[in-house]
Amino acid sequence: MERVMAENLTAERVTFDLAKIALRDVNTYLHRQLADGDQRHFDLLNPDGAHNIAVGLDQPVTVEIHGHAGYYAAGMNKKASVIVHGSVGTGVAENMMSGKVHVKGFASNGAGATAHGGLLVIDGDAGLRCGISLKGGDIVVGGSVGSFSAFMAQAGRMVVCGDAGDALGDSLYEAVIYLRGEPKSLGADARFEPMTDADYATVAELLRAAGLDHDPKAFKRIASARSLYHWNADANQEY
Amino acid sequence: MDMKPVHIKRRSTEESASFDRRIIDYIQNAAAHGLYEIRGLGAKRHVPHFDDLLFLAGSMSRYPLEGYREKCTTKTLLGTRYAKKPIELDIPITIAGMSFGALSANVKEALGRAASEMGTSTTTGDGGMTQEERGSSRTLVYQCLPSRYGFDPDDLRKADAIEVVIGQGAKPGGGGMLLGQKVNPRVARMRTLPEGVDQRSACRHPDWTGPDDLAIKIQELREMTDWEKPIYVKVGATRVFNDVKLAVHSGADVVVVDGMQGGTAATQTCFIEHVGIPTLAAVRQAVDALEDLDMKGTVQLIVSGGIRTGADVAKALAMGADAVAIGQGVLFALGCNSETWVRDGQHHSALEAYDALGTAPGFCHHCHTGKCPVGVTTQDAELEQRLQPEVGARRVRNYLKTLNMELTTIARACGKQNVHHLEREDLVALTVEAAAMSGIPLAGTNWVPGR
Repeated sequence: MERVMAENLTAERVTFDLAKIALRDVNTYLHRQLADGDQRHFDLLNPDGAHNIAVGLDQPVTVEIHGHAGYYAAGMNKKASVIVHGSVGTGVAENMMSGKVHVKGFASNGAGATAHGGLLVIDGDAGLRCGISLKGGDIVVGGSVGSFSAFMAQAGRMVVCGDAGDALGDSLYEAVIYLRGEPKSLGADARFEPMTDADYATVAELLRAAGLDHDPKAFKRIASARSLYHWNADANQEY
Repeated sequence: MDMKPVHIKRRSTEESASFDRRIIDYIQNAAAHGLYEIRGLGAKRHVPHFDDLLFLAGSMSRYPLEGYREKCTTKTLLGTRYAKKPIELDIPITIAGMSFGALSANVKEALGRAASEMGTSTTTGDGGMTQEERGSSRTLVYQCLPSRYGFDPDDLRKADAIEVVIGQGAKPGGGGMLLGQKVNPRVARMRTLPEGVDQRSACRHPDWTGPDDLAIKIQELREMTDWEKPIYVKVGATRVFNDVKLAVHSGADVVVVDGMQGGTAATQTCFIEHVGIPTLAAVRQAVDALEDLDMKGTVQLIVSGGIRTGADVAKALAMGADAVAIGQGVLFALGCNSETWVRDGQHHSALEAYDALGTAPGFCHHCHTGKCPVGVTTQDAELEQRLQPEVGARRVRNYLKTLNMELTTIARACGKQNVHHLEREDLVALTVEAAAMSGIPLAGTNWVPGR
């Protein structure tokens, strides 16, 4: 921890240079030294694609990562706002509970996996399984998403401004996908449904939150047909 | 007198070995429903097990210790490799991961109380951590499962250790299952699912694939918790030698190996009976892997899957395990498959409830239905009252105490002041199969098949 003790730690805006300070010390600082409700602003320089940057935050601080990040950037985020000025590896904002994570570049696989809350914005494309097992979080992707996105997604909303790969929304539960482009194919139990006024309002709200300017009218709704909810209706629950 | 010859009609009763009554029933059931059978608990078939090993106690060549006077310690340390705060247990017998959902809140509380009194740990399951469980467990292991149902960083921070679950002995390669009957409002809320759905968990983790990814995932969990908490990796026993090596490579502090006799709340019978390897073979391969990497003592090994008695615990430890985990054993201690349930000291018959399920005490494996006759594996508001936390806690505590006494009895007889000093040398095998699987010589010989 001593190594973290830069002279400016009490300032409103604090800079950590990851070329000089171990990531572990920075993460520990962000977990332990922040006061309840701390709203300071942190800049992390030279991330150099390191894994697990700014994981486990639980105060409403802002963290800006100036460069590319590796796996699990801002993983399990709670309350904090994390901005990545670069691209991220697998599992960005995985299991996020609340707060906001904004990736200015592209994201690899499993972006926003199992997120329970919060908003994940990816300006570029996202890889395979974006929003897998989503549990209530919102995801807005400016570009396209890879195959098996929203696989088994349980709750939450996903807005994709580009296209989607194969098996979009496979085995969906109650999460809803809004897609502007075309999916290569829909997954088992996923189906297009008519857009309602509430859907248009949702898309408009999420696009606004993500700072994107598309016409909500251009989006299609994909949700679960709920035919996989029960093991086999013919069996009358006689398992 | 009329002497009529007596004709005895010959009845043909030769049963087929391939198509016996059990198989005919299976086929006809499949034909009627077009659906595989789903059930709870573990493999019912006979497999080579710890029963097929015996101890060589002290005699002339080795001294035994006095049963009640000489000390025999059971202290157990887990997670010494990287964690700043390793787990220290009073006994090497832990309670295996079982979900709130599969089990009632009362049961979770009972397990926590019993484990805390005995100085050991309990483990959460698919579906997250309940307050009852955290409140009652002194040492609580928090599972990170493929489904991530109810996975919450705040709970992660509250846990004493973290267990990344790759697989389970009853169903290696399969995800969890909780049929609609057990997805009541509370369970549904905890898992973010619609009430009453037949919940099928994913079988692979959503955010990593393969051991190199897992290494980064484990690092994330460590960064999350400032490298304080031990991280376990649990595998269902299949290719144990390689899987344990990969778990060590991924950075696990502790590897948990669950053999095919391990239980489940609900899985396809074909899975329970036909996938995975026996615990006996799994322990051997796991220990071989740790020794091959020179990691024995650095990475601890917990063995589970059909551990029932103090003798089983002693044998697992002698083969090289650091601790065991028990699931089904504690359920039976709680009253699973008992004829009665208890309220205010009065026994009440559960026979009608068994009958309604088409089964009887001693045979019941209907955990999946949520209609547990003794209130253990249920989410039904009325049924769960059949198991009060105090009653359950006392039973489980007594059971764990008995196992520990048996364990130290055997260890002392073998001349050990510490149960962790039990060694392979102390064992012989009863059958050729057990000798081959365990690598322990057949009794009265120094023969290990294949060596």
